[in-house]
Amino acid sequence: MNEMTTIAKTTTLKDWESDQEVRWCPGCGDYAILKAVQRTMPETGTPPEKTVFISGIGCSSRFPYYMETYGFHTIHGRAPAFATGLKLANPDLDIWIVTGDGDGLSIGGNHTMHLIRRNLDCQIMLFNNEIYGLTKGQYSPTSRVGTNSPSTPYGSVDRPAQPCAFALGAGARFVARGFDVSKELPNVLKAAHAHKGAAFIEIFQNCIVYNKDVFQDFAAPKGAEDRQLWLANGEPMLFAKGTKGIALDNEALTLKVVDVVDGDWKAAGVIVHDVTNRSVAHMLVEMRFGEFPMALGVLYDDPRPTFEADVVRQNAAAREGKTADLQGLLKKGQTWTVKEGGPEL
Amino acid sequence: MATAVEDRANERQSPLSDAVVVRFAGDSGDGMQLTGGQFTLSTALAGNDLATFPDFPAEIRAPQGTLFGVSAFQINFGSSEITTAGDAPDVLVAMNPAALKTNVPSLKPGGLIIADEGEFNDRNLAKAKYESNPLEDGSLAKWQLLKLNISQLTMDAVKPFGLGNKEALRCKNMWTLGLALWMFDRDRAPLIDWLKAKFAKAPELADANIAALNAGHAYGETAELSGPLKQHHVAPAPVAPGLYRTLTGAEAVALGLVAGAQLAKLPMFFGGYPITPASAILHHLSRLKEYDVTTFQAEDEIAAICAAIGASYGGSLGVTSSSGPGIALKGEAMGLAIMTELPLVIVNSQRGGPSTGLPTKTEQSDLYQAVYGRNGDAPMPVIAARSPGDAFECAIEACRIAVQYMTPVMLLTDGYIANAAEPWAVPDLTAYEAFPVEFLTEVPEGGFKPYSRDEKLKRPWVKPGTPGLLHRIGGIEKEVDTGHLNYNPENHQAMTDIRKAKVDGIRIPDQIVELGAEGGKLAVVGWGSTFGPIHQAVRRKRAEGHDVSHIHIRHVWPLPANLGELLKSYDKVIVPEMNTGQLKTVLRDQYLVDARPLNKVSGQPFRIAEIEAAIEEALQ
Repeated sequence: MNEMTTIAKTTTLKDWESDQEVRWCPGCGDYAILKAVQRTMPETGTPPEKTVFISGIGCSSRFPYYMETYGFHTIHGRAPAFATGLKLANPDLDIWIVTGDGDGLSIGGNHTMHLIRRNLDCQIMLFNNEIYGLTKGQYSPTSRVGTNSPSTPYGSVDRPAQPCAFALGAGARFVARGFDVSKELPNVLKAAHAHKGAAFIEIFQNCIVYNKDVFQDFAAPKGAEDRQLWLANGEPMLFAKGTKGIALDNEALTLKVVDVVDGDWKAAGVIVHDVTNRSVAHMLVEMRFGEFPMALGVLYDDPRPTFEADVVRQNAAAREGKTADLQGLLKKGQTWTVKEGGPEL
Repeated sequence: MATAVEDRANERQSPLSDAVVVRFAGDSGDGMQLTGGQFTLSTALAGNDLATFPDFPAEIRAPQGTLFGVSAFQINFGSSEITTAGDAPDVLVAMNPAALKTNVPSLKPGGLIIADEGEFNDRNLAKAKYESNPLEDGSLAKWQLLKLNISQLTMDAVKPFGLGNKEALRCKNMWTLGLALWMFDRDRAPLIDWLKAKFAKAPELADANIAALNAGHAYGETAELSGPLKQHHVAPAPVAPGLYRTLTGAEAVALGLVAGAQLAKLPMFFGGYPITPASAILHHLSRLKEYDVTTFQAEDEIAAICAAIGASYGGSLGVTSSSGPGIALKGEAMGLAIMTELPLVIVNSQRGGPSTGLPTKTEQSDLYQAVYGRNGDAPMPVIAARSPGDAFECAIEACRIAVQYMTPVMLLTDGYIANAAEPWAVPDLTAYEAFPVEFLTEVPEGGFKPYSRDEKLKRPWVKPGTPGLLHRIGGIEKEVDTGHLNYNPENHQAMTDIRKAKVDGIRIPDQIVELGAEGGKLAVVGWGSTFGPIHQAVRRKRAEGHDVSHIHIRHVWPLPANLGELLKSYDKVIVPEMNTGQLKTVLRDQYLVDARPLNKVSGQPFRIAEIEAAIEEALQ
C-alpha cells in the first residue's frame, strides 16, 4: 500500500481492464480472481499508472496482461526478485505479485521466502490450484498425497507444502486466505493492500481441466457455513451459523472445535480473533481441514518496518553530509604526482 | 637495454636488470597478500612502473604448512614500461618449506631465495613432503640462498611490546617487508603511517609491527657487506606526468560503473551475490551510496540479476556481477532482458572452470558463454577489459551501450585483472562525453507503441508511474511495434531479425593495431588480460627485427567492422588465450581466417617467453 500524495480521479472496474483478450480456459477460476482484483482496485486509491503487476510463469502469471496498469511477465519463480529491484528503484510504486503453487513454492520457493523475510511492501497473490496447469497437469508441491498426474501415474508420494504455514515460517507479517469465487475475496485483497509490508494471500483456485473441484469440499456453496471459518479481527471464531467455534485446548496446547449453545460462545471458550497474535496464527495455518473448518480471511496482520523503507533510510544516512564528487573519489587513497622529470609524494 | 639498476654493494653479482620480479610466498595465514600490497604501494611511490599477480588458495585458512595452503604475491617493477607480473622471479621470499617447494621451480637461475629457516623444522618439512632439508642438502645450488631465522628475529624485535608468541609471530610479514624495503632502497615512512592508521585502536600492535619493519630494514643495512644480500636502486620509470594511484580491477569496475551511471544521469542499482573473485565489486559499491548507488545482496545469483532487471524496468541502471558459475545461473534472466529490451550491465570476473573449477585462479574460458550462452537467438554485446585501468573505461562503455541501445551488455574481466594492481593515471572526468538518458514521458505523435524504434533500433524506455503510457512487457514473443503477445511465424522472424540487427548495428570504434603495422607476416590477436604478455612478446620480437603485430580486441561482440579485412592483411594469425581456443573459433567463424590457437589453461597467466616462442614458430 502506498501513501497517496495526490488523489487521482476515481476509477471504476472498467478502468482496470486492459484491451487484451483473456486466454484462460473457459470456466477457469482465474477469471473470478481477475474480476475480484479489478473490483478491488478502484477502492485502493492508487492510480493505475502507479500500480505494477509482476508475475512469473504459469497460468496465473498471464494475469498482468489483463490489467490496465504497468505489468511485467517475468521468468519462472523469480517475480519476487524483480519486484524487489523495482520497489528499491521506486518505492512509490504499488506492487502486486501474481504467482502460483508451482511458480511460488517450487521453482521460486527461495525467492518467496526471502521476499517475505525482508518484508518488501507488496501484495503476493499465490493462486493455489494444487497442479501444474500450463504444462498440462503434473502434480505440484501443494498436491495431496496420491495425486494422479502424467508424472505420477501411480499417485504422488510426497507430502504437500502448506503455503500459509510456509509464509508465516518465513516471517510473514500478513497472511490471508480466500478462494476464487468467494464474494469475500475483494475484502481480503483490500486488507492485504492496506497492510504496509509483504502481504501474503493464498487464493484457492479451481483448475477445471486438470484438478477440477479439488476444493469443493469446503468451497461448495452448499454447506459452506459448516466448512468455512471466516475470521474477523475482534470477533469470536464461530462457524456453522454460530453453533460451533474454535477454542484452545489448554491441556494439549492445540485448537479444538467446540459446540456453542444458545450463542454463548464465551461459555464455550471460543477464541476472539486477534490478527496480531502470532502464536494463534501459527495454529490457524496448521489447522487441518476435515477435523476443522477451512480458516479463511485475514489470519494474521501485524506490520513492522518494510525492507525498502530501511534501505532508503540507510542510503540517506550514508549520503548525509557527503557530496557525490566522483573526481574526488578517483583520487582517494594514497596517490602520487609525476612531474616532468620524476615522481614525488 | 640500458640498465638503471645501481648495485651499491659490490661488483660480485648484479643479476637484476631494469626490471625486477619479486615473489613473496608463505602460508595463507602469513599475510603475504598484505605484504605484497604494501610493497606494491611503496614501489608505486618510488615511481617505478609495476604489475602484480596475487596467487592465493581457495581455502580461507588452509591447514598450516601444507602445499595447497601456500599464498603468493608476485610483483614486477622497473624503470621502463611494465605490462606483466613477470615470467620468472629474481627474488623469492619463502616463509616456510611449502612456499619454497611450490614456488622455487619458477625462480630464475641465479635468483635469490630468502628463506625463514626458523620454519624449516621436521614437522613443516614433512608437511611440504621434503625428505631432507633443502636449505641444507645442496638441492638449491643453482640459486643464491639466504637463510634467516625470520621467526626468531621478529620475536626478538617485538619482545618489548609484551605480545604473546602467536601475536608476535604475526609480525613476521612486516619484518620481511622491512628487509624488502631496504633491498630496493625504499622509504619506510608511508608504511609506518599506514600501520599507525591500521592499528589506531591497538597502539601496541602498531608499535610491534613498526618495530618488526624497522628491524627487518636494519638487518639489511648491517648484513650488507656479507653474503648475497645487496641493495638495489631501480630508477623511476619514465611515465607521463599526472596524478597516479594504484588500482585493482575490482576497484576499477566499481568506479567505472559509478562513472557510467553518472554519465547516463541515472541512479545505479547493483544486485550481487557473494562469489570469488567477483565479490570485491559488491564490497566497493556498497560503500558508495552517496553516488546514488543502491546495492542489494540477493538470496542467489538469479535473484541478483532479476532484481537488477526490475530496477532497470523502474528507471535505474541495473547492474549485476558474478563469476562463471553465477553467470550460468543468470542466463535465463539475460534472455528476458534481451526480450524486454531493458538496459543492464553484467560483469563476469572469469575464473578457472568448468563447474566450481579453480575459484581463485584466472582463466578466459567464458567467452563462448558470454557470446552464445543463452537459449534462443539471444544476441548480446560483450566487452573485455585488458587491465585494471582498462576495466574503468570498459565499464563506462558497457553502461553507454546498455542505455543507448536498451540492451544487456556483458563486461568480461578475470581473476587476474580483478585482483592485480597497477599504477593508474587518474582520469579527468570532464573529458568523458555524457550520454544522458531520456525517458519517454508523453504519448508521442501517432500513439504510444512500447516496441517502436529509433534509428538505432532502440525502443523507448518508460518508467512505471508515468501516466498515459501504461503497458505490459514480458518474456513471450512481442509483436513488432505494439509489443503485444504474438506467436505468428512472420512476427517471430521479424523480431528475431530486429534483435540481431540492433546488436549488430551497435556503433563501436574500428579495431586498431596496438603494435606494428597494418598487414604483414604475423598478427598476434588477443583479448582481455593476456594483453601484457602479448604486448611484451611482440615488442621484443619487433626489437629483434621480426614482422609481427599485436591486435587486442576490446569489443568481443559485436566485433569491430574492420576486423575481418584487418586480419586478412596478415599472412598468419595466432590467438593466445587462457582457454582451449574460444576467440579463435569466433574469428574463424566470422571471417573464415586461418586463426591458429595458442592455449594455456593452467590457472596461471601466460609468460612472455611462451608467446615469444609461439611467434618464433609461426614466423619459421
